[in-house]
Amino acid sequence: MGETQAGPLLTTPLHALHGELGAKMVPFAGYDMPVQYPTGVLAEHNWTRASAGLFDVSHMGQCFLIPADGRFETAAAALEALVPADVMALKPGQQRYSQFTNAEGGILDDLMITRLGHPGHEHWLYLVVNAACKDADYAHMRAHLPAGVALKVADDLALIAVQGPEAVAAVATLAPGLAGLKFMTSVDLPLDGIWAHVSRTGYTGEDGVEISLKSADAVALTRKLLADPRVKPIGLGARDSLRLEAGLCLYGHDIDTTTSPIEAGLTWSIQKRRRAEGGFLGAARIQKELAEGAPRLRVGILPDGRAPAREGTVVKSADGQPIGTVTSGGFGPTINGPLAMGYVNRRFAEPGTPVLLEVRGKDLAAKVVTMPFAPHRYVRG
Amino acid sequence: MATTKYTKDHEYIRIDGDVGTVGISHYAQEQLGDVVFVELPSSGKAVKKGDSAAVVESVKAASDIYSPVSGQVVEANPDLEGAPATVNDDPAGKGWFFKVKIANPAELDELMDEAAYKAFLDTL
Repeated sequence: MGETQAGPLLTTPLHALHGELGAKMVPFAGYDMPVQYPTGVLAEHNWTRASAGLFDVSHMGQCFLIPADGRFETAAAALEALVPADVMALKPGQQRYSQFTNAEGGILDDLMITRLGHPGHEHWLYLVVNAACKDADYAHMRAHLPAGVALKVADDLALIAVQGPEAVAAVATLAPGLAGLKFMTSVDLPLDGIWAHVSRTGYTGEDGVEISLKSADAVALTRKLLADPRVKPIGLGARDSLRLEAGLCLYGHDIDTTTSPIEAGLTWSIQKRRRAEGGFLGAARIQKELAEGAPRLRVGILPDGRAPAREGTVVKSADGQPIGTVTSGGFGPTINGPLAMGYVNRRFAEPGTPVLLEVRGKDLAAKVVTMPFAPHRYVRG
Repeated sequence: MATTKYTKDHEYIRIDGDVGTVGISHYAQEQLGDVVFVELPSSGKAVKKGDSAAVVESVKAASDIYSPVSGQVVEANPDLEGAPATVNDDPAGKGWFFKVKIANPAELDELMDEAAYKAFLDTL
């Protein structure tokens, strides 16, 4: 993470509030973002798992696909040419995780796709894409979308995630109806008078919501949420350790243009009809890998000792042959130990396989494990 | 009386006769954040001034710890393996990394004293 771009850093609508809260700011994807608050990454991570953490993710790209003919199927068909998910099957309000693939079956970005449920907008698709990729994603869509489907980039929206076992209860104090919102669905409603699009989703492995709202309202809503003693602000540092423990991919690290969704272990995000029919960029490679197996697979790797293995660490077989690379690695506060994920030759991808991690010239014992490292606690309803 | 000197990389060395105790400054632990792992040199290892002699890992990143002087490691802090957060809690005391027998005392003259280090921090 932390790719720096030339030129002045962009800011989110919560930038001044981060300063007020004592955040340490770092450049991330061209934005000046909070990496941690005064309590630090460990405390923020643990607070999110125990109570509720608030994350400013307004740097992410939010946009809409709007079909001129007013038919949802028109927008869904257009997007299905670019992603392997079954978009057509989405019910109003429903959300799905997917990837923009390229013609070689690599991943251009990963994203969340929602069919809006608000009456009169049920033919709209709402997308959330990664900050570092958003301009390229928009260009990609503009180049491929048919004339009848408009891309509306929503630069006037902020995005706030509230994650943790107390997250929904805390947000529901502003809108009691939220408690019944199902996992991977969304609703448009006022939060104590502030209109918002709320999705029961997240990037921590915990129950929680992501709240999209007008940038002008972002500070007011954040203050309301932080007034609840269960909710504390959380920086990008803990966001990374939380998602790593949850086994979730970080674009540019665990997935990129060279990795396919099958190699990345994201087969679950490609629904049956799309696997059979194809019809998206790179379908030839993806269908081949579905049939024959991918040459390498993303796996969880748990070091036996206490030393973390960072991104780029060479993974070796028990007899010392290079078999892969760590793509994300660090320390998991919830599991209280080091953890990593990376790609290995598929012959070594079976959970329990002993491997070696080359850290500072030494081969450290580790084993392939099933992810997530910390159990998901989504409330599926 | 023991004196303490500092490097520009924020290591300290507390000098007691011909043995120096090496650790990182309060400023350094604050910058690193929560320390979760420390790799220490083994006793007897020869180190050169400026060599990477230890590694400290926070949740986010690994950082090298450079030896402030040349010499031979005589002891590594046995408590850090089980309690790496001691580096955050008491960097100048129980959170020391290793002790080194100083080979060339003249190297100490190249390091900053307490006042000079404080002035250096003010420039950061």
